Amino acid sequence: MSVEIETQAKHAGEAGHCGAEIRSDVQVRIEPRERGGIEIELESRVKPYYGDAILRQTEEVLEALGVGHAHVAIHDEGALPFVIAARLEAAARRAGLGEGTRVLPDRVWLPEPSLRDRMRRSRLYVPGNEPKYFINAGLHGADSIILDLEDSVHPNEKDAARLLVRNALRAVDFLQCERMVRINQLPLGLEDLEEVVPECPDLILIPKVETSKQIIAVSQKITEIKADYGITRPVWLMPIIESALGIEKAYEIAIASKDIVALTIGLEDYTADLGVAKTPTGAESLFARQRIVNAAHAAGVQAIDSVFGDVGDLDGLRAWGLNSRAMGFEGMGCVHPLQIEVIHQAFAPTPAEIEKAQKIVAAYQEAQQKGLGVVSLGSKMIDAPVVQRALKLMTRAQAMGLLA
Amino acid sequence: MAILEKTELALNAAGRMVPEMVNGHPQIPYAGVGKYQPRGNKAAPPIRTAADYPENGDKRVADLETALRKCGLRDGMVISSHHHLRDGDRVALLALEAAARIGVKDLTWFPSASFPSQKSAIELMASGVIDHIEGSMNGPLGDYCTQGKMRGMGVLRSHGGRWQAIQDGEVHIDIAVIAAPTADPFGNCDGSHGKSACGSLGFALADSIYADHVIVVTDTLVPFPCVPWQIQGNNVDYVVTIDSIGDPAKIVSGTTQITRSPDRLRIAQLVALFLRDAGIMRNGFSFQAGAGGIALAFVGYLKQMMKEAGVTARFVRGGSTKYLVELLEDGLTDYILDGQTFDLSGVQSMANHPRHVATSPFTSYNYHGKGNFASLVDAVVLGATEVDANFNANVVTHSDGRLLHGIGGWQNCLAAGCTILAVPSFRDRIPVIVDQVTTLCGPGELIDVVVTERGIAINPCRQDLMNAVKGSKLPIRPLQEIKAEVERICGGKPQRPNRGDRPVAIVKWVDGTVLDSVWQAG
Repeated sequence: MSVEIETQAKHAGEAGHCGAEIRSDVQVRIEPRERGGIEIELESRVKPYYGDAILRQTEEVLEALGVGHAHVAIHDEGALPFVIAARLEAAARRAGLGEGTRVLPDRVWLPEPSLRDRMRRSRLYVPGNEPKYFINAGLHGADSIILDLEDSVHPNEKDAARLLVRNALRAVDFLQCERMVRINQLPLGLEDLEEVVPECPDLILIPKVETSKQIIAVSQKITEIKADYGITRPVWLMPIIESALGIEKAYEIAIASKDIVALTIGLEDYTADLGVAKTPTGAESLFARQRIVNAAHAAGVQAIDSVFGDVGDLDGLRAWGLNSRAMGFEGMGCVHPLQIEVIHQAFAPTPAEIEKAQKIVAAYQEAQQKGLGVVSLGSKMIDAPVVQRALKLMTRAQAMGLLA
Repeated sequence: MAILEKTELALNAAGRMVPEMVNGHPQIPYAGVGKYQPRGNKAAPPIRTAADYPENGDKRVADLETALRKCGLRDGMVISSHHHLRDGDRVALLALEAAARIGVKDLTWFPSASFPSQKSAIELMASGVIDHIEGSMNGPLGDYCTQGKMRGMGVLRSHGGRWQAIQDGEVHIDIAVIAAPTADPFGNCDGSHGKSACGSLGFALADSIYADHVIVVTDTLVPFPCVPWQIQGNNVDYVVTIDSIGDPAKIVSGTTQITRSPDRLRIAQLVALFLRDAGIMRNGFSFQAGAGGIALAFVGYLKQMMKEAGVTARFVRGGSTKYLVELLEDGLTDYILDGQTFDLSGVQSMANHPRHVATSPFTSYNYHGKGNFASLVDAVVLGATEVDANFNANVVTHSDGRLLHGIGGWQNCLAAGCTILAVPSFRDRIPVIVDQVTTLCGPGELIDVVVTERGIAINPCRQDLMNAVKGSKLPIRPLQEIKAEVERICGGKPQRPNRGDRPVAIVKWVDGTVLDSVWQAG
């Protein structure tokens, strides 16, 4: 009698989601037991096609986790293999099984390391606990994808989401997009780093940064993990400043690590911190955004603007984007694929700007050829920084496909 | 349960096993595109005399039951109906239930399509009133058929194929029941006006011409003449007035919504870009759009490109919705040729605009005639449930073999100059690009382009299209390559669900030959 009660006291672990409105996810419940091997109860939307594959995968994952005896209930809504693996691992950990063993899916391909100042016009947020958004995220042409572990993930789901994001970094082809992960605030964020950094994300977004100490803690953790795994390629950093104190400290934060490539702002939390309403034209955050632009430029990194939350208002988005660029931002956040094209157009150099830059570059090249120390356009002298800016603009325009 | 006899199977030109006898009629296996030569003359209904019909032209009778009796309803007859009232239709079931009350059995129901709201036809099948359905079946009716519970075999035809079957005498309609939004006592009727207006009544036209007896059922009777008149009262026996022929909310939608899914919109955008870059979009061109999904969403992108290029289409075909109406009103197309009207905007436009014209399955799609409109269209955008590496496609079942959709005009549209299937490469974890389609509905040689979110595949037999897009920035890829990517993402090839060994329905090609079988499942 008492033996059976003791068996039932070892708790079951559950992870994932199921239901009629759920797609591409799976709910897994693992109930450990003393004997009887692995017993799997499978309900799946794709049972006629992948039922056997799901059973085999479950057996393999549990074996890798060292789980010998358990009852497993799976309710699948068409989850891809990397999702099933993540949910099984999360459920096992929640049941106190597996001892932290990682069951990693096959890696699709590791893109070239991303360059320090690559284009970051648009960065598309993808909720880190909703796998249906992952698989086609790279197809919409954003410059970067952000797999988010912070605000879009429920506090009770942080452990499961980080395994899902880790698996996605291995198994999903994000094409040419820069692969970013937004970790949680410290200290939770350090646990996120342990799972995701071994999979070589291109950039880590650090939320709610107020001091350079936070940057250093993240940077040190990343350095340790890279050393453990023999990773030499860069993992860039982008601090998100979301409070009045952070805005005050913006420059100090921007220079806190040589791996910082961009600085950005979170307007929802910032306006909440000030106790003001967030308006579509952003008058209340003007100082903060200008401070970000100034600090970023002073530190030699990119200034990136916040998201524009009203997905239905593409005209408002265009106006915001144009204004953002005029202020000195090089890109902004993005919450829906339909925003991407509008954002890219807003941050593109105008034909007039391109023409002017072409003239400057031509004058520069002519001066080079003639061995002249001074670049002149008509009667005007062109300073070196102006030439650099023109060259950069032309490179950008080329990359955006704006040149004939 | 089902009383299907063991049936002989033959291998057709597409490599599919098909029954040689269906519901007591011998069949001709598919022989290839354009290969089968029909013989003989068209069917003809009996000659009538005006002496047998009211001189004052008032053909009204008290109710449907009376009308059916006067038509001489007997066991084993073929009763037909149309689906222009879609899921809001009340009339087809009313007619079948009236037949049940009269006490007949073994009827064949011959709808131009059936809808989920007609699922109580299952009870009529179980009780023996209906022997089998020849027409599309989905939802509960589809499952009933797929499970092998129907007494006779199901027959799936395209819109054009249904006209061809009636015209050639393959299906002899004893009594046609025509729901009409407006009618006069002589039997002239139309769908463009009335409280249950539905636009065109084209699917009932063949029934009105060839059936032995024709009953018109309306909820809006007008004094003679009912103008416009798409159906001639000279072909009608009886007119019945009821309170309501259908639920307007389910007949036409108030307004059509374009999909907001970013994945589907990306495919739609690629379709429009392909039409532009391949040079198909040019002054005087023509195209056909669907009623929803990607097959409608591409119109928005194409419209923008047409404006930018200053291009006007000669005609567009549909499935009319407000999106096509806007093209007409903005002067981007000269004509709309409309086979089926899906929203209020379409209904009003057809009623008011002289260049928004109703077509019928005869003019649009009939293959056994002197040509049809479908082959005149430069480009058509269609969906599919499955496509295989040879561009063969399926539209009636999903990969588990269950009946899901009717064919509609899909097969007929394959005759267009450029046939484009716009599909996601996989849905959840179910591949759409497969090794072999579960049910063959369209031969690959007629399918020119497959547009997915992962790339565009052009049929190798269309070198002209491949040359046309050389140098374009479009993601052109071999279909095999897209398929391989899908299989990698889904974790390998899918299992093939076990197929039953007895056909429960057949899929006819546009010429009446048998293209494939639907096998018992579940």
